[in-house]
Order: sequence, then C-alpha cells, then structure tokens
Amino acid sequence: MISKNKKQILEGSNAIALTIKNIAPAVVSAFPITPQTHIVEDLAKMKADGLASFEYIRAESEFAAASIVLGASATGVRVYSATSSQGLLLMTEVVFNIAGMRLPVVMTVANRSVSAPINIWNDHGDAMAVRDAGWIKFFASNHQESVNQHILAYKIAEKLQLPVMINVDGFILTHSYEPVIIPDDKTIKKYLPVYQPPTGTYLDPKNPVTLGAFFGPNNYLETRQMLHEDLMSSLEIIKEEYKLLNKTLANQGANHQRQKLSRIDNGLIEYYGPQKPKTILIAMGSVIGTILETIKNFKDVGLLKIKVYRPFPAEEIVKIIKPAQNIAVLEKAISLGQSGPLYADLAATVMASKIKKNLNLKNYIVGLGGRDITQKMIKEIIKDAPQKNNYLKFIGKI
Amino acid sequence: MKKNKKRIELVVKPGTSLKNKTGPWRTEKPLTDLEICIGCSLCAKVCPDSAITMKQNLKKSKLEPHTDYNYCKGCGLCAQVCPVKAIKMKKDY
Repeated sequence: MISKNKKQILEGSNAIALTIKNIAPAVVSAFPITPQTHIVEDLAKMKADGLASFEYIRAESEFAAASIVLGASATGVRVYSATSSQGLLLMTEVVFNIAGMRLPVVMTVANRSVSAPINIWNDHGDAMAVRDAGWIKFFASNHQESVNQHILAYKIAEKLQLPVMINVDGFILTHSYEPVIIPDDKTIKKYLPVYQPPTGTYLDPKNPVTLGAFFGPNNYLETRQMLHEDLMSSLEIIKEEYKLLNKTLANQGANHQRQKLSRIDNGLIEYYGPQKPKTILIAMGSVIGTILETIKNFKDVGLLKIKVYRPFPAEEIVKIIKPAQNIAVLEKAISLGQSGPLYADLAATVMASKIKKNLNLKNYIVGLGGRDITQKMIKEIIKDAPQKNNYLKFIGKI
Repeated sequence: MKKNKKRIELVVKPGTSLKNKTGPWRTEKPLTDLEICIGCSLCAKVCPDSAITMKQNLKKSKLEPHTDYNYCKGCGLCAQVCPVKAIKMKKDY
C-alpha cells in the first residue's frame, strides 16, 4: 500500500520518533534532556500504547543509557538512543567505546549549547565535543532530511559496523512543525533489511567472544588506523546509499522533495548557487534555510551545505570551492582558543589541496546559545567576506 | 592514502589472559626463600594474577610456592602477607 506514505504536518521530534518506530530497533534506551525530550517521550508513549515492539529501558543517567545501548548492540541487535548537550558529555566515555568496539549504534543529538553558563538553546558545541570519537556525523537542516538521514544512518551503520550520530538543531528542528513524509515500515524494510550480524561477532552464550578487549602498544595504533580508514572509505558508500535511498523512497511514493533548489546533492554535501561564484558561504544544520533565502538576491554568492561532517568530505568540498575567491564559514561552535572547528577543517583541506594561495578564508561564529541568525547578519557576512581583515569574527548583534 | 592491508581482529575468543604475558610490566620481582617458607599458601591465595601455584615437595613433605614470572606483575602483595618474611622484593630491570 503506497497510501500510507502521505505528507503530514509534524513536529520534528515526533517525525523522528515515528521514523524510529518504523525502523523497529530491538532496544531503545535514553535519559530525557531538553531539547531531545519529545523524541524519547514519544517513543516511550508508543511503547506504552502497544504500538511499538522495542524494549524501552529506562536509565538513571545518560552514561547508563549509552552503556545500555552499547551492551544491547554488542548482543547483535538494532538499537537507538538520543540525547543533548550535557547528556552527550556525560556519555562521552561510552561514545568513544561504541566506536572503538565497532558497534552500529544510531543516536540522535538534538544540538544544544554546553554549560556554563547554563543554556538550553541551540548551537553545535555538544556535537563538536565528541567530534573525534570515531562516529559518522550527519547534520540535518530540515525535518524531511532528518527523517531520511535516520533511515540512511541505520543502513550505513549496519553495513560498515560504524556508529552514526544524527545532529538536529535543538528547538529549531525538534520543536517546530513542517510538512514531512514518514516512510512506512514496508517502505523502510525494502531499503533496510532485518539486522543480523554474522555469528562469532556478537555476544552469544553459545559462542562466547570478548568485545572491547585489551590491546597493547603492539597493535592499538593499527586499530585506530583501521577505524580511520574505514570512516574515510565510508564516504563513497554514503553517496551510493543516499542515491539508493532516494530511489527506493521515490518508488514507494515517499519522496518529499521540496522544490529542487540545489545544483549538487550527493548525500555528503549540497551546493546552491551559481556555477562560478565569487563568494561561497559554508554552513551546517538548520541555518541553511535562512542563508538560502538571503542569497537569492546575490548573483555571485553560493551556499555549500555540509551534511556529513565526519568523515570530512574534503574532496567534494574542494570541487565546489575551487572557482571561489572568498569563503565564509558560518559556525554555531567555537574551539575555544583556536577558531570554529569546521573552519580549521576547511583550512586544512585548502592547504592540502593547494587550490589557491590567496584564497580569502574567513570564519564567522554565529547563533551560540540559541541567538537568532537573521538575514541582516547573513548580508553583513556576505559584505565582510571579501575584506582583508580579522579572519575570525563573532556576529551577535547588527 | 596508504591502506592498512591487514585487518585487526577486534572480536577475540576467550582465554587471552594466558596468551598476553603481563610479566614484562614488572619493575620489582618477588624472590622466595624456600628454606624459610613454611608452605602456608597465603601468597598463592592473595596473588591477584594467580601467578603463584603451590606444589608438593615430596622430599620435604611440604607445600612450596612456585611463581610464574610470565604473569607476575610485581605488585608485592605476596611479600606483604608472608608471615615468615620469606619473600623479598628486588628491583627487576
């Protein structure tokens, strides 16, 4: 039946919860924290109402919730968790373990700033705190993208034995309403087969094994190299799987493509604007909508959206930014004492690719702690981008 | 990028604590004077690595501790508990 894949107006959190229900994990464990709360509340209610078959394990903290999904995943079943901000920081040790043990855990992070001072609103400080943990990191910029990225995440995670984190901007995406299609369970099953890891790779009393074992100086380095190389080679697989997902959804009448605005869209990045732009703005997450609306009035300004932040799609980015003279990186995070983390990645990419010696690469820190990013600010940034002045600016008020 | 050809097996079978010899971590080595030892077995019971086994000495008809230096990490607990001070810790480097 195709008719179940209909367009509905849903809250972002509710859309994610409904998608997870249709993906049908075996175990869900989470600890409520603003702004992730509605996602796990909805999942708990679905379970209580008998609409979902997963085990919902209540945890006494985020550390416990992450440990529960780690353990459940180690027994070879599909799992889900979600968190935000301080919760993600409390999970940190487990987050690194999940990646090191190569467990296909999928987790939503409703991005929120990090204390102190305490602030519950959106920025990317939490996601950047666990940047180097070894997870694949998706950033969604609208409801439909977050829904589709969750389905893609499970496919990638289970195919490559890598954990995937889907970042959705707290409140801006989790608490707002948008038209969205939730692919039904049959549609999802066509794309995402039942998860069954090979015997001898998971915890089973009949076939005892050790996961997360001791590795000395003789082989620890190689385990990290292997994880890094597997992450890097996942870039191509994400591109292929993204294409396949879109095809499957289209066949089942579940492709809610808004008006096609982007020139390039391959699952890793999306580019909007002219073929040979003078200035390119680079950003991640929900701010894309505001930037897109603003650059409509600029002939020579392009917008590059990063959808997969780790592994870093350097090659794809170089292809896009090659013709540009000015690059403005807009970030909702700051690596205190250095620059925005995305800016640092871009700078390394530009250096390694040797594309242009006199490229004007600038960093604008915006929207920290939920500060509104206005069209006026974007216009100001477009105006400032070609200027030869301070490379790092905080844009708060104009 | 150079590919790491050999994949490291992260999932391991049980029994690796015998395979991984932890003796080289030691900085101090316990030496037991069997002339003083009364064969009480306290050292074997307290050893956190189960590196000491008690064996019957038929000539003297008493138990004697045997320390497996492949696994002894040199923590010194055996020397601490020995009631007749038969075990001395010596620098091991």
